[in-house]
Amino acid sequence: MEHLTDLHTALVILAAGLATYLTRIGGHLLVSAMTRIPPRLETALNAVPAAVLTTLVAPAFFDGGIEVKIAMIVALLVGLRHPGLPLLIAGWGAALLLRHLFLS
Amino acid sequence: MSSSFFRQGARAGMVVGFSTLPFGLLFGAVAVDGGMTPLEATMMSGVIFGGASQLVGVQMFGTHVPAWLIVLSVFAVNFRHILYSAALSPHLRAYSPLARFSALFFLTDPQFAEASKQVDRNGKVEPSWYFGMAFVVYGLWVASSAIGALFGRLVGDPAALGFDVLLPVYFLGLVLGFRRRPLFSIVVPISATASILAMHTVGSPWHVSIGALAGVIAALVLHKPAKTADAGETS
Repeated sequence: MEHLTDLHTALVILAAGLATYLTRIGGHLLVSAMTRIPPRLETALNAVPAAVLTTLVAPAFFDGGIEVKIAMIVALLVGLRHPGLPLLIAGWGAALLLRHLFLS
Repeated sequence: MSSSFFRQGARAGMVVGFSTLPFGLLFGAVAVDGGMTPLEATMMSGVIFGGASQLVGVQMFGTHVPAWLIVLSVFAVNFRHILYSAALSPHLRAYSPLARFSALFFLTDPQFAEASKQVDRNGKVEPSWYFGMAFVVYGLWVASSAIGALFGRLVGDPAALGFDVLLPVYFLGLVLGFRRRPLFSIVVPISATASILAMHTVGSPWHVSIGALAGVIAALVLHKPAKTADAGETS
């Protein structure tokens, strides 16, 4: 870190920000170039939320310890009835509780 | 009229913003721990506005990794946003160009998830709703990063506080929000399996893009044309 000037850090941050912005407009630029969206593509685009968000969950479950697995199952069950904050608190609480029970 | 949409969006942003507050604090703390100044950490949140990629980038800052590799890694972690902007694109057609390209800057995971739920509910996303949510989430994200950077020592060990579980649980909640969409029960296991396999072969962060593409391609293949009657009228 010492060898990086402030200007250097700022430029890297700006470049990373630009790279991120490109990902946020990229798909839009591709799709907006079409005058009409074919139904098949629309089905695929409709699958985007589940497809992407699942990849942020599944590996964490698969590679997580037993307390992570239990916490995520608890969160899933709670989330079916009470999405949002209750799900978050249930999952987080379960993981914390299990860790403190087994680690102390 | 539009101010009530703005308020509804802002309310959605509050829920999201407060759930992501721990991550903002964590990011600020990790950034300063890795040698960044609080100003740089806050600037990073303001310019990139993507939690996971910022954490990856900041961890590389501490090492002697070349700058282009840091930028490439941030790009790789954020690659999934290409799919988000493609999926949201049809619903941005009514926006002015300035509003559209401003809106896309704020297209984070929760912003995309909540905007998609608006589409499920109302068939569209009002610009004032979108920006109401975006401004609140952005403000809380930048503020929590700054606080984490200034008072990072108080945050402590992420694992002991369960932050590592909070993120996947949070995304699990977002996934559940789409369980009534067509093909959900097929797309989820395919994306899950592909991402786990990719995680253990290609490695992170590409498992996200590979798993996501697997699910999207599955939907593309499994698409069934709408039933005959309205074939001519829809476009």
